[in-house]
Amino acid sequence: MENLEQLVQDGLRAVAAADSLQALDQIRVEYLGKKGVITQQAKTLGKLSPEERPAAGQKINEAKGQVERAINARRVELETAAIEAKLASETIDVTLPGRGQDLGGLHPVTRTLQRIEEIFAQAGYTVEQGPEIEDDYHNFEALNIPGHHPARAMHDTFYFNPGTLLRTHTSPVQIRTMEAGKPPFRMICPGRVYRCDSDMTHTPMFHQVEGLLVDRNVSFADLKSTIEAFLRVFFERDLKVRFRPSYFPFTEPSAEVDIEWGREPDGSIRWLEIMGCGMVHPKVFEYCGIDPEEYRGFAFGLGAERLAMLRYGVKDLRMFFENDLRFLRQFR
Amino acid sequence: MKFSEQWLREWVNPGIGSQELMDQITMAGLEVDGFEPVAGEFTGVVVGEVLSAEPHPDADKLRVCQVSDGTRTVQVVCGAPNVRAGLKVPFAVVGAVLPGDFKIKKAKLRGQPSEGMLCSESELGLSDNHDGLMELPEDAPVGRDLVDYLKLNDIAIDVDLTPNRADCLSIKGLAREVGVLNSLPVAAPEIEPVAAVHSEVPDIRVEAPKGCPRYLGRILRNVNLQAETPLWMKERLRRSGIRSIDAAVDVTNYVMLELGQPMHAFDRDEIRGGIVVRMAEAGETLVLLDGQNVELTADTLIIADHEKPIAIAGIMGGEHSGVSEKTRDLVLESAYFDPITLAGKARHYGLHTDASHRFERGVDYRLAREAMERATQLLMDIVGGEPGEIVEVASDDHLPEDRTIDLREQRLADVLGMAIHRTKVEEILTRLGLHIEKLLRDGWRVSVPSYRPDLAIEEDLIEEVGRIYGYNNLPVTEPFGSLGFRPREEGRRPVSAIRNYFVNRGYQEAITYSFVDPKVQALVDPGEEGIALANPISSDLSVMRTTLWTGLLKTVAYNQNRQQPRIRLFETGLRFRQRGERIEQRPMLAGVVVGSQYPENWANGRRGADFFDVKGELEGLFRLLGIEVRFLPGHHPALHPGQTAELVRDGESVGWLGTLHPQVQKNLELNGTILMFELFLDSIVSGYVPNFKEISKFPEVRRDLAIIIGSEVAFADVERVARKHAGEYLTALRVFDVYEGESLGEGNRSLALSLFWQHPERTLNEDEVHSLFNGVIDALRDELGATLRS
Repeated sequence: MENLEQLVQDGLRAVAAADSLQALDQIRVEYLGKKGVITQQAKTLGKLSPEERPAAGQKINEAKGQVERAINARRVELETAAIEAKLASETIDVTLPGRGQDLGGLHPVTRTLQRIEEIFAQAGYTVEQGPEIEDDYHNFEALNIPGHHPARAMHDTFYFNPGTLLRTHTSPVQIRTMEAGKPPFRMICPGRVYRCDSDMTHTPMFHQVEGLLVDRNVSFADLKSTIEAFLRVFFERDLKVRFRPSYFPFTEPSAEVDIEWGREPDGSIRWLEIMGCGMVHPKVFEYCGIDPEEYRGFAFGLGAERLAMLRYGVKDLRMFFENDLRFLRQFR
Repeated sequence: MKFSEQWLREWVNPGIGSQELMDQITMAGLEVDGFEPVAGEFTGVVVGEVLSAEPHPDADKLRVCQVSDGTRTVQVVCGAPNVRAGLKVPFAVVGAVLPGDFKIKKAKLRGQPSEGMLCSESELGLSDNHDGLMELPEDAPVGRDLVDYLKLNDIAIDVDLTPNRADCLSIKGLAREVGVLNSLPVAAPEIEPVAAVHSEVPDIRVEAPKGCPRYLGRILRNVNLQAETPLWMKERLRRSGIRSIDAAVDVTNYVMLELGQPMHAFDRDEIRGGIVVRMAEAGETLVLLDGQNVELTADTLIIADHEKPIAIAGIMGGEHSGVSEKTRDLVLESAYFDPITLAGKARHYGLHTDASHRFERGVDYRLAREAMERATQLLMDIVGGEPGEIVEVASDDHLPEDRTIDLREQRLADVLGMAIHRTKVEEILTRLGLHIEKLLRDGWRVSVPSYRPDLAIEEDLIEEVGRIYGYNNLPVTEPFGSLGFRPREEGRRPVSAIRNYFVNRGYQEAITYSFVDPKVQALVDPGEEGIALANPISSDLSVMRTTLWTGLLKTVAYNQNRQQPRIRLFETGLRFRQRGERIEQRPMLAGVVVGSQYPENWANGRRGADFFDVKGELEGLFRLLGIEVRFLPGHHPALHPGQTAELVRDGESVGWLGTLHPQVQKNLELNGTILMFELFLDSIVSGYVPNFKEISKFPEVRRDLAIIIGSEVAFADVERVARKHAGEYLTALRVFDVYEGESLGEGNRSLALSLFWQHPERTLNEDEVHSLFNGVIDALRDELGATLRS
């Protein structure tokens, strides 16, 4: 029996030393298999008296159990280690950058125009388009700017011939829309416009959004709320807005709109001119075959680049048309 | 219009500060553009008198002067050429501080002590003139503080007037506005008719009464034009941005600033016969006051004598008939010229004058006589002379009609969005100079004064009331409108969806000018001449783009020059083409790709984008839009002849995809393989709405084959033949390998195809599939010469 104790000790040492599942299996065969050294101890039972046998047999079973438990425990250990080793070998550097296509971006002017369109769409305005090469009638005449009008000097017009020009504003789209349909109208017309002017603060092409609302019982008060609400939604700020009398041949009364934009050195509000607006001039209605006694309307116009510059902090207007990728990529 | 605040306040003086005054007129629609002090900031400058001026013993150009400051006499060394005994000048005494924080101290100049400095206009910030000392009038009180003497506590305010407000191009008009805004009366100077002292009158004939409905002339004899314009008048002119010339010109300018009536003075001796107001004869010439010799056009209204033109009416006088120091007798002109006749004429001659600015916008047609009397009075005060009678030639048929406008109370309230009290409305109208002729049952009948040509209809009066009441005092209400729906086509995708598609595939949107360089465009679109602008801003922006590629390729060059090797751009917008009499303006979508297909990365990503990358992106777009577009081999002058596809939808060409032609690329100095596409937006935006088909419950069968076929045979033909023979249950045909190699023999390639069949209602049996598959193989062999690759 001294021997059994020794065998168990040897077995447990071997199990602890086993470094693979195969080695462990060999140990199991060697000690606990049919011909295993501990199993073989049962043969010695025959030499014992019947009284001694049960106690000796129990000892052998205990010895077997002891080694078996050690083997099982070791197996779990080795299996876990194997899984961990496999996982360790599959480790990647998750900090490396991802692959695939980059994201492009909208031009900041388009981004601005889309934002304006979305805001007005919420209030049921349609988006209308028109030609960029326009005739004199739609660009000037029907907007109450006859040939001799001093306001024409305000529009440095690109001409192809005396009657054909590049539109100087998107207002002709209002005329075309009113000519083609029947009131009420609620529309905006975003698009390219052209003025024969190029310096630090002017590019010969830029973008305007003009809006028009025509219905019964439209007032200047409605215009004020529309402009104020739009500007506050656009800039996501509760800006102060003021309306300053001005002059456009196609609206009467007319106003320039200023927004609060920082402070003057003396602490007073710094006002920034942002857009023009007014009540549709009765002559414009007459040109479009709409009875100004029955319908009234308001119109407004703003420069998309100006809004984009204020919103995104762009300082130089000309950058919009250089299309430098290092500039464009900042707006995606 | 630039004016002196002080001058305005002589007419009307509200109890508010300068800033508040400027804010007030800005908010009334007369936008203040800026203001500036009328002099630099200085202290310690008094009226000094030069008692003596002796040569400096050691300097040729300096003089040693004894100068009185009113209490004592000091020595001042001065280098000004006009310093002389008896002169009264601005004298900066020791301790004075001149603009720029320049402190005056005791000094020695070339050994001579100097206590103080005699000043030029520029040294005091009055003007740029530094030719010599500022000369003060002989009666200037010695010792008086200069700021006080010249009333320099004043600012010059610049208002940017809209073209309708011609009435505010004068102190009189501005004062009227300020009076209305502050409910104050306006004090105008007394203007009395000047009695004639002789019977000589100018001979005036108006042959063009439409252009000149009213013309007044008066002779002023025996004037002394060597007399100096008084300092107060010079100062007012200076503060209004007008240079003093001589007394005659200064007075006419002064009256223009004060009342708004541009005037002119002729030298009577230079007028042959009499004055004729007529249209010019084509080819007549005139040397203008600015020395320019102009050839007149027949639509120009002129003032002539019996021999030749002597002035362009309302724009500029002639040099020859202008006044000079030697002029003895003046003929004064005060007229009303028709704005429409004068419109654009000054611009035509490259001119823009204070007179033309006013006449084009409309001068008060009743002002001419008052202005004539005012000018006569002022002139006589300065240059003396003997006035004659005023001769007036007027045509009532051509003068603007006096207007009345009816203003309805209800309409006023409807347009402004609120009712304004009747008495307030009446007060505003009256102070603006509108006379209430009659109270109507529903409003007012008002007459419009002659100085407000801009007021023609009821809305104009509504604006006046709203403007003076204050736009910001009007209410704010949300508009109400119909909540009806409008049609919305599901199959038509918005352009924004297309833009987003490209953005998500790594494209950056560009916006390029619609006008381009014709030389670049000739390379990209040689068959099409761009529509040319009559007045381009420069030659490289002188024709309209016929393709968006012109601008995009220029953008590629711009970015390649800035170390950007990978460029993916798209743009949407119109292209412009002349089609006979018609101009076609078609919305396009275009793109360019150059450089690696993916951003360079650690695994790969250096592979250059090729035709099939971009084609794949376009195919994706067409799936998005729900349309079928075929890519057919094509020819385009800007594209590589072997790498060009014409895009066809339902038999209609909808655009191009290809590689930029290497020769064009070289001419444009561009790098890399440049892929480009351009599509007609209007041809692709309208697609199909999905239509569900039952999903088959039965298994799909796949068969693969590889064929060897001539390289010249297009895959499209292989597909067409295969589909034709594959029967109606073919669900898909894919190409999964394309191979060219020596082993296949010269001019051959191998295509590996997989075909998929599925029956909607049963399982296809092996024999059926086998027979269809063999049918395809046979057809490819018989029709296209393909052999099965073993």
